[in-house]
Parts: sequence; structure tokens; C-alpha cells
Amino acid sequence: MSRLTIMTRNKAQATVEDLYKDLERRIIASPPGLCPVDMAASFLKLCHAQTCGKCVPCRIGLGQLESLIDSVLNGGATMVTIDLIEKTAETIYLTADCAIGYEAANMVLKAIHGYRSDFVEHVMRGRCTSEISQPVPCVALCPAGVDIPGYVALVAAGRFADAVKLIRKDNPMPAVCGLICEHPCEARCRRNMIDSSVNIRGLKRYAVEHAGDVPVPESAQATYKRVAIIGGGPSGLSAAYYLALMGHDVTIYEQRRQLGGMLRYGIPSYRLPREVLNHEIAIMLSAGSIHVKQDVSVGENPSLTDLRERYDAIYIAIGAHTDKKIGIEGEDAEGVISAVEMLRKIGDDEMPDFTGKNVVVIGGGNVAMDVARSSIRLHAEKVTIAYRRRRVDMVAQVEEVNGAAEEGCEILDLAAPYAVEKDKEGRVKALRLKRQIIGPVSRGRPAPRDAKQQDLVVPCDIIIVAIGQGIETRNFEKYGIPVKRGAIDALNWSGIKDIPGVFAGGDCVSGPATAIRAIAAGKVAAANIDSFLGYHHIISTDVEVPEPGAYDRIPCGRVNLRSRCVAERVCDFGQIEQGMTSEEALQEAHRCLRCDHFGYGVFKGGRIKRW
Amino acid sequence: MVNLTIDGKKISVKEGTTILDASAANGICIPTLCFQKGLNEIGACRLCCVEVKGTERLVPACNNYVQEGMEIFTNSPKARIARRTNVQLILSQHDCRCAVCTRSGNCTLQKIANDLGLSGTSFPADIPKNEWTPDFPLVRDNSKCVKCMRCVQVCDKIQGLHIWDVANTGSHTRVDVSGNIRIEQSDCSLCGQCITHCPVNALHERDDTAKVFKALSDPDKITVVQVAPSVRAAWGEALGLRPEFASVKRLVAALRRMGFSYIFDTDFSADLTIMEEASEFLQKLKNRDHEKFPMFTSCCPAWVRFLKSQYPDMVCQLSTAKSPQAMFGAVAKSYYADLLGVDPRRIFSVSVMPCVAKKHECDIPNINGAGAGKDVDAVLTTREIDRMIRAEDIIAEALPEEEFDKPLGVGSGAGVIFGATGGVMEAALRTAYYLATGTNPDPDTFHDVRGTEGWKEETYEIAGIPLHVAVVSGLGNTRKMMEALRAGEVHYDFVEVMACPGRP
Repeated sequence: MSRLTIMTRNKAQATVEDLYKDLERRIIASPPGLCPVDMAASFLKLCHAQTCGKCVPCRIGLGQLESLIDSVLNGGATMVTIDLIEKTAETIYLTADCAIGYEAANMVLKAIHGYRSDFVEHVMRGRCTSEISQPVPCVALCPAGVDIPGYVALVAAGRFADAVKLIRKDNPMPAVCGLICEHPCEARCRRNMIDSSVNIRGLKRYAVEHAGDVPVPESAQATYKRVAIIGGGPSGLSAAYYLALMGHDVTIYEQRRQLGGMLRYGIPSYRLPREVLNHEIAIMLSAGSIHVKQDVSVGENPSLTDLRERYDAIYIAIGAHTDKKIGIEGEDAEGVISAVEMLRKIGDDEMPDFTGKNVVVIGGGNVAMDVARSSIRLHAEKVTIAYRRRRVDMVAQVEEVNGAAEEGCEILDLAAPYAVEKDKEGRVKALRLKRQIIGPVSRGRPAPRDAKQQDLVVPCDIIIVAIGQGIETRNFEKYGIPVKRGAIDALNWSGIKDIPGVFAGGDCVSGPATAIRAIAAGKVAAANIDSFLGYHHIISTDVEVPEPGAYDRIPCGRVNLRSRCVAERVCDFGQIEQGMTSEEALQEAHRCLRCDHFGYGVFKGGRIKRW
Repeated sequence: MVNLTIDGKKISVKEGTTILDASAANGICIPTLCFQKGLNEIGACRLCCVEVKGTERLVPACNNYVQEGMEIFTNSPKARIARRTNVQLILSQHDCRCAVCTRSGNCTLQKIANDLGLSGTSFPADIPKNEWTPDFPLVRDNSKCVKCMRCVQVCDKIQGLHIWDVANTGSHTRVDVSGNIRIEQSDCSLCGQCITHCPVNALHERDDTAKVFKALSDPDKITVVQVAPSVRAAWGEALGLRPEFASVKRLVAALRRMGFSYIFDTDFSADLTIMEEASEFLQKLKNRDHEKFPMFTSCCPAWVRFLKSQYPDMVCQLSTAKSPQAMFGAVAKSYYADLLGVDPRRIFSVSVMPCVAKKHECDIPNINGAGAGKDVDAVLTTREIDRMIRAEDIIAEALPEEEFDKPLGVGSGAGVIFGATGGVMEAALRTAYYLATGTNPDPDTFHDVRGTEGWKEETYEIAGIPLHVAVVSGLGNTRKMMEALRAGEVHYDFVEVMACPGRP
């Protein structure tokens, strides 16, 4: 007998490890609209299989819970059963010896508390309140409902112009979204069940870049109805585009010198080259009758009342462009600037010169990364990103954080700024920070607290505050537009309660969000403004989507986009990301599982051909 | 053209042809259960899966298209085993007591299982529970449902009423009334299209044969039966009779053997309906400025139900004439009772009708006018009357031809065309022409109004008055027409609506 042995995995264990990975990917790709009670029952079965069986609550209790929930699903349960489920789960939670047991019970408790009405519906009517309205996961998760399997199939067929036409039916900004969309569509891609999600955004970019000039559809007969759009960002532009296609006469009021909103005044050109943006805006403006009034701020002159007199409907899409103050001592020092202000200047090609400067950026969102990476390109000597939580807690996209780090930004996490040190002339000298320690989870995120260590002092010349944006609502509030928690209070169809003919959407309603959500809001507003004006124009396309042909799905790696090398890209504001090759695009497009055809999509939801 | 091989046979078909159609066109039969061309191509039952050389997984033939050079095996060992397994899986959740099932012999699932020569099944039965509102004219039996979704599709796509939907997910998935309500709370028009499209017996009409048998065996009851025009064309089919043999006169003979006291033709009361409707229409025309147009026909109870639930504000534009079934019932228990010199309460009035909505119609309290209980006591569908013929051991092949009873057994022939789309309109216009001018129109004057298009319109002139009329069939088409009427896009004087999609 040996005293010790080297651990080896037998074949069964190794296979189960593999199956865990399969299950993880499967959970990622969980389809929308499933019965939550059924899911709770299934999770519980897995939890029960994980138990060792030593203790009573876990060994017997979880099994009894399974039977009780099954009786809710299969009939035979009463309202008393629901109470019994809750009571039993509480006992298991309170008495189980280890986390395998009490966390399993906790999941059941969360389910009961989170959707008790679903349990009740099953007991009372033997049915579920959830339903599948859009079973294709990518389409369901795209705020604009773009026909993703459709255009991916068109890319696979080499029909790039048709792909662009199909995208424009629901999203008039394919070029912009091909570069900067946060691609919520990829999150639950069913391809995850085989290997990993399809690179949908990359394919969109490929389609746009290889489509050539794709003219916009002809607009409907002129209605002579006039619509004013306040704000020429993605939401306002999208609404303008669709309303123009519907034959309405649209006027965009833009506060700044140029159109584009946050796409121009928020996103640096190394992510979204200006020529791409300008070209896309030019195409959108070529639809029907759209007039643009630049450098006009709707407030006093013209006021909202003036516009209501002159137009048949109004869409407020002013975005979220005001900066937020951090509220620390010395914030008034010369050299403390807001990220919004800096990016706005860059948007109008007024480039600050940071040559030799020591820059500290405060914040952990995408905007913080944008200003940090811009500072590098403006020749800063050193760029530090200060953030009070951990790097992994940053809300910025992981690739943005990694990109900033690659380009030489130092990430100083768990450091909370609390004072700006000034020199005699009132200029920034240093930023004082308090070391933090990560602590218990609060509202779903681990919260930092003071580590009670010596202050950190970071000497610097420039401090850029990037801790969020606000909405300039004053000029609308005083004309009766309701404001709730700093944002315009619009309904889910973009209308405003009790003010017929006035609509609002985009960042000014949702708070700072993504381009695609703003675009989607513009689309929703266009549809409802059209109805308000007494019409029912249909937006559709004649593009026919190819029928799928492949049946076997062999695992294949996802094509990720490459970036220009760091040493080269930090020297200019040129585009970082490089598109797919044709071989890569073809392979990637063929990875799509065509959930519009295979599965529930062929029955319900699936392809929405018109709206 | 696409060249491919199916089961070793080299064939060439047009691009965009499904594997199923390509096979069928070349005499190769692939079984299908859920598939219905143009309506339900969702590949849910997986019984049509075939093997394609070079592809590991099987491919459903119904909704996949031929490709150049494909080599297909519709019944290879791999395809056959999979098909047999899937049929057994369906059977494991299907109440297989075929001996007591009214669809036995006319059930797609039964035929597929028989054709495959299945002698048993590998899976234990796991039959879903059945809960349904008792006595509702339309019956859904969850323990028979194969979840083909045809009912959902026909109600969504053809009738536009969205009564059915998929409830739950995963293993608990089933078909149920949409919006988590019960059938009696729904807007179901009882058009019966879901029954027609059900491949098994998950959807059927309420069985009223026992009620009729009881009346037939009651010596105090005088049983009066009316036969709707369209039944005469359909009754022989399920009994395996040749169409030319299955005459209405042989149906009369069968009903007489069954013991009905008096056998009449609904054609008689169809004439009454037409006289009423045409007179009412002419009356309205004379008072044109004070009446709402169009006037709608009222003889299809599914349409009347549809109108009441979907466009209640336009119910006043329905013709006030009762349907032929209801008129006959009223006449049977008033005029005919007088003629026989009997208490009308002794009369048990039965109708044989093509549709389940008629079962509902006879239960509407204010339809009764004779003052002797329900004017029509029981409504049987063609399927039910066929079952009764068989239950009575009547040998249909040996039936002689017999005449309807007099005097309610004769009709002008106007009623016979009621069964065809546009028939009511043609009959009403011919009668209106006669009433207005005193002369009969040429036989073909109004014939153009017939036809199976879902929505047809014509303009005629009667006694110098121009008339815009429309004939609509199918409730999806009806909704389109109603919306166009409301939007002022179309203007009609008289509209015939039939809930069933068009019939020649």
C-alpha cells in the first residue's frame, strides 16, 4: 500500500467535466420565454444530484421539494402546496449543513418570491403566464428586432447589398452598428450550445463594407404632415429616416454644429471613423423629405410651444449630454475637465494637446475608457484610470478595459478619489485617493469600503471626470413635459401621457444607454407618430432570405476581429479594429444555426417581415 | 432544374421544390402528420425525416428543399428506425383506445402506425390529462392531441381569430385557448375549421347522437328531421359510398329506417329565408337614406358569432331573417304541428347540418319562436348522422331511393345553392329581382357572384337601382372586408358572409 497516490481522473469523471462545460454553454444560450416554474424544477433536480446525501434537509427535503413543484406542474397541487414549498425550502435553507443544500433551497425561495403568480397560475389553471413571442434569441434580444438570421444568411450567400437592405428595415444605421454596437444579440446565441456565439456584429460590418452603395427605398407619397425632431443623434435620425420613408415632412433641430449626437460627440473616431458616420448620416438624410437645422437649441427660441404650433408631431430625442460633478474638494481646480466636454470638442475636431501631461481619468465605464485612450492619442505622458471598485467590477466592456490597458493606461482600482490638490495658481497638482477594500455584495454588486490605509497621492496635470451623464430637461419640464428621476417620463410606446402629439425616446428617456436602444426608440416613435398622424404606413423590404441548406453542425471556432498593433494605433485616431477576410466572413456566416427556420421560429415569431 | 436521386431513382425537379414534393411527384410516398402545405410547414412531428447522403443527421422532407446532386433515402434503415421511434413516442402520449374513438378509420396517426406495421410500442403510456368545458359545442380532447399545431395555424392564418395558442414550454407544452382563458370566454366563432384540420380526434363536435336516439325511442315524441343542402353531397363519403350512389334520396331512406317520423329538406326553409331576406333588402333600399348599408346575410351562425364578438356595433346591419335551420324549426313546431293536429311540445325537431356552429345556434334562447321549447332540439353533423346510420346496422349500399315527406320536403332549388360560396347572394338577388320587377331574371344574371375567391364584388342593377354586392368567405377575409368597410375604402349594399373558406 502506498501512503499517498497521485490523483488521476477516470473516464467517467472526465466526461462529466466535459458535460459541465456543455451545460454552462447551454445555460448561456437559454431561450427566451421558458416556463419559470419548470426551470425551477429542473435546477432543483440538478442541485439534488449534487448533494452528498449526508444530511436530512438536503437528502430528503430537496427530493420532496421536487415532487411538490412537479405536482404544481402536472396538476394535483393546491394553493396549500405553494405554501408548503415555501415552508420546506425555508427549513432546508435554515438547517442544511453546507452550501450545496442551503443555496439550492435559496434558489427555490428566490423563485417563489420572484414569480409566485406563475406558481398560482399553474395551480389554478394548469398553465403558465409566460409565452414565447420571439423565439429567435438574437432577434428577441436586439432592441430594434433586426432580422439577424436573415442578413447572416444573405452574407453567407454573398448578397451583401440585400443584407444591408434587410438590416435597414429595422435599423437604419448598419454601418455604425457594425462598428460600435454592444451586440446584445450575441448574448444568448444558440450556437453557444455547440461552441460559441456567432460574431454577428463582425458579419454586419463585413456586409456593409462589401455592399457598395445601397440606396434607401423610395418614400411613400407625401402626406404633407410635418414632424419636428429635437436632437440629431441616433434616435432622432432613425425616427427621421422612417418618418421620411412614410412620406412625412421632417425637420431635425440639432443643438450642435453637426449631426450624430453621442456617435460623434461621445465615441472617439478610433472606434467609429468620422467618414463612416458622415456617410451613414448622408444616406439616412437622402430618404424622403428631411430638413436639418443645425446650431439651434430648442428652449427659449424656438420653444417647445412654438414647435407644437408649427408641427403636427414632435419627437424629443435630446440624449444625455450633461456631465456629472464628482463633488470632491478642489474639483474647481484648473485642469479638472469633464469627459463629456472633452469628447464633444474632439467631435468637432478641436483636439486638446496633452503632450507631456500626466492624466488621471476617474470612472470605470466606457466613457472613462474612451477619454483615457483618447488621452494616450493626444500624447499624454501617462494616463491613469482611477476606480473605486475592482477592475472586474468596471461597467465598461471588457474589450474596452483591456484595450486601454494594452495601450498603456494604468488601471488603479480600489482607489476612491476624495480631493484634488492645487498649486498656488489653482491648477491641478495631484489627486488624493483613499485605498478601498472590496466587501459584501450590495444591490447585486460587491461594494467597496475604506481600507483605512495611507492616502494615495497621484501627481497629475489633468483630471478627467467620467462618472456618468445627465439629461438637460429644464427647457422641456417648464413646458409641461413630465420628468422622473432626471429623465423624460415617456410611455413604452414613446408617447407622453396626456400630451398628444409629443413623443420622446432614446437616452433622454432611458438614461445613458446604447446606440441600438436609441435607434430602436426612434423606430418605435416613428411607427407611433405615423399612427398618431392617422396613417398606417408599412416598412418592409422585398429582400427574400435564402432557405437554409446545411443540417450537420460541426463545432468550429468563432472568428474574432483583430486589432491594429498597439505601437501603431496609439499614434493616431484611426480605426483600431480590423474587419474579417472574405474567407472568415463566409465561415462565420455559415456557423449561424438559422433559428428562424430550425425550432420554434418556423412556427411563430421568427421572421417579422413588416412593421 | 435540380438533379438528384431519391431512393435510387434519378429525378429532376424545379429549384425550390421540397424533398416531400419532389418525392411525391415521382411516386415516392413519405408519411407526414403535422404537415399541411402552405399552412403548417413547421416540421414538428419529424415523421418525414429522410436520410441525405453525406449528412449525419436526418432531414425533414416537408420543409427542406432539394439541392443539386442530393442523394436521398426516404426509407433507409436509419430513416425507418427513426420514423418508427418517433411514431411510438407520439403514441405514448396519445390515448390509443381506437376502438372507442369516433375518428377511427379516418385518423392520420392510426393510418401511419398501421402502415408502419407497428405491433407494439417500446414506451410506457404517459397520456396527458384532459379538461374541457362540458357541453360546449366544440370539444377538445387533450389526451388525443399530437401537437401538430394545425388548429393554431388555421385559426391564426385563415380565420384570423387566434383562439388557439401553445401553452407552457418543455414537456408541459400543449395547445390551449389563447390568453389563459376558457373556451366559453373566448371569441371562438365555432366555424369548425380547427376540427376540419385536426389529423386525429383531438378536436371534434359535441356528440348529440344519444339525445336523438332517446327521442327516437320515445313513443310520445314525433321526430321531425331536416337535412341541410350541403349534407346531401357529403353523407356518403364516410360510409364509403360512391358519390353518384350516395343520393339524398338514399339518405332519406336511411333516416326513415332509423325511425324519424317526418323527413324534410332544409331547402324548404332556405326559400323562406331568401324570401325574407330579399324582401327586407328591397324594403331597406326603398328607405335608403335612413338605413345603414350594407345589409349582411344572417344564415351562417359562425359569421353571426364573429360579428357579435368582433364588430358588435354593426350587428344591427345583419338581416333580421333567421337562418334556414331556425326557420324550419319554428315552422315544424307551429305550422306543421297545426297541420298534424298535435301539441307542438310532442315534436322533437332535429337538423342535420354541416357545421358545429349550428349546434350553438339552436341553443340561443331568443332564436326560439314557436313557444314549445327549443325550435330545434338537436343538431347533428354529417359525421354524427353517419355514425347513427352505422349504429343502426343500416347497410348503406342496400338503401333504395325514397322521397322527402310532404309538404315541407320541397324547395325551389334556391336552397341547394346555399352550400356554395355566393349561393345565398345569388338566390337573394334573383328573388329580389322577381319581387321588384315581377319577372324572373335570366338564369345566369347573377351567376358571376359565385366563385371561390375569398372576397368577391359585383355590381348589378335591379329595377334601375344599381347594387354593389360582395361575397366573402373565410373569417380572415371577412375581417379584411370589415376593416375596409369601416375605413370607407369600399361601399356595398348587400354582403354575403360565410365563415368557411370558399367552396365551389
